[in-house]
Amino acid sequence: MENQNLDIRMAGLGGQGVVTAAHILGTAVVAAGKYAVVNPFFGAEKRLAPTESYVRISTEKIYDRGEVLYPNIIMVFAPQVITQGKSHTMPFYAGLKKNSLVIINSPDPIVPEKDMAKLDALGAKVVHVPATKLAVEFTETDLATNMTMLGALCGLADNLVTLESIMTAVEERFSGKSKVVASGTSAALDEAIKSKFEKTASMIEMNSNAIRKAYEFAKQF
Amino acid sequence: MNTDTVSKQKTTSISAGEMLLKTARNRAFITGSEAVAEAVRRANVDMAIAYPITPQSESMHLIGDLYAQGHIKDYYRAENEFAVMAAIHGASLGGGRVFTATSGPGTLRAMEMFPVWAGSRQPIVCAFMCRGVALPPSIQPETIEIAFLLDTGMMIFHAENAQDYFDMILAGYAIAEQPEVHIPVGVFADGFFVTHTREVVMLPPDDLRLDAYNCDLAPIPPFDMEHAPIRMVRDPLLNKSNFVSYAASGGWHLEVLAAAERARKHINHYMGGLIEVENPDAKVMIVASGTAVSQSREAIRVMSQQGMTDVGLIKVKSIRPFPEKEIEQATAKASLILVPEFNAGGWLAREVKASIDNNKRVVAGPRVFGGASLPSEVIIGEIKKHQY
Repeated sequence: MENQNLDIRMAGLGGQGVVTAAHILGTAVVAAGKYAVVNPFFGAEKRLAPTESYVRISTEKIYDRGEVLYPNIIMVFAPQVITQGKSHTMPFYAGLKKNSLVIINSPDPIVPEKDMAKLDALGAKVVHVPATKLAVEFTETDLATNMTMLGALCGLADNLVTLESIMTAVEERFSGKSKVVASGTSAALDEAIKSKFEKTASMIEMNSNAIRKAYEFAKQF
Repeated sequence: MNTDTVSKQKTTSISAGEMLLKTARNRAFITGSEAVAEAVRRANVDMAIAYPITPQSESMHLIGDLYAQGHIKDYYRAENEFAVMAAIHGASLGGGRVFTATSGPGTLRAMEMFPVWAGSRQPIVCAFMCRGVALPPSIQPETIEIAFLLDTGMMIFHAENAQDYFDMILAGYAIAEQPEVHIPVGVFADGFFVTHTREVVMLPPDDLRLDAYNCDLAPIPPFDMEHAPIRMVRDPLLNKSNFVSYAASGGWHLEVLAAAERARKHINHYMGGLIEVENPDAKVMIVASGTAVSQSREAIRVMSQQGMTDVGLIKVKSIRPFPEKEIEQATAKASLILVPEFNAGGWLAREVKASIDNNKRVVAGPRVFGGASLPSEVIIGEIKKHQY
């Protein structure tokens, strides 16, 4: 099987759903019969503070935990991670393995030239996806940026997880079918998200739509 | 006090042995904090008391939900960690099965109560979700707080992952409540690396709960600091009385320590031993507890892929009582003993050095602290520096 071991680092700002995205991806991977270990890294829980989360995926049992230092895939949820250095990991591509994938949430290219040269030397595929723009367009809230980022990941990373398994994991996460640890802050955010929609069901449907649009966008690359 | 509600009445009570060793389990993809709550859900706990501190807060938040669902008879948020540990002591003295949890600075703030729990022989189960303390402050994972608790008289178990955390909390009740043991147990796990890490955990069905705690089997009467033996053993301190009561107090110290010794066979039974050994004949042995075990497993996996197969692992599950003999035996053939740790002090290396012959074989490291991860590359590098 391809991708025997795959380590993903997601970097963004508190409140963007970086931790939730990792949770959903991990759920989808485990449902598909592979192993996944998911963990976050953050300081005091506050919106817009640097946040990272990590997803380790393997066909074998995973022991390694903590920060992913040598990722195969980096997902940058907020341009400020690159443009302002709002990140636990500097530069944002530190430790990136050769021939890896970088997905950046931005409508336009934002990686400085000298960093781009290093990424090219590593053989990295760098893709800019307007994830927040797509989220606002299809769900009317930027809080669904994590959904569109997951859609883009599905579109760009072959044989990782299917779009359908991501959709199922999203439904599990928000429908209350699975038990979810929500810290005070993320519970409040969940409620904030849900209050923007009449019903959870319509929220899940809109999210699914946004995920699919981001997936289709990413498939161009 | 209102006791059972509908949700709890739907559950069936079974022995700890059946719950831990015999019942078929189902997969769940959950965090360490959720695993703690799943253990408490099945532990038939009478009372839990909370005070928030990262990274422990989520688990006691979830246990608050268990209270709301009727799985726990009483639950509240106390004034601070010292108040939690003092009140939980009272609830235990009252004959209840209790649970609480804390982290790092919370542990240090509540410190006075831990030897009190042990001295009054209460089978309190407390989960410690280890993090940095103020040297300088950090909320990130670090195991230094275990060093502070080594000589409190409590039993200390150290979980490697969420599965261990679930199992060790339930085993903690089974072991601590043995009449011949009947001392508190701290069940430790590394903050974030376990508490916030989501992985597959095998759980017994959630309609099972442990048999209720029977306080009539306790070696001291419930709710009693005023009669023998507790009255006798606290008086020398309080009243500066006479030689006999000094001897009583000293004797009771020995009895608390002896109780931990008597726990060994129960740890063997409920937890499959105080240690676990992989590749016992290896020349290089890694001795580790907590997340350092997982990182060592990864290092061994990578090394074996590179053809370096002469590396073994001793996972220390019980820190108190400490498995001196087991470790001595398991390191007998080793020429290099590595002790990787998530703290600056190196307390596990000291324990290992004090337990074996020819302790110059022990390399007290690699150690990381201040919240750093311990990549397998660092462990491999340390081994290569000395061997291979």
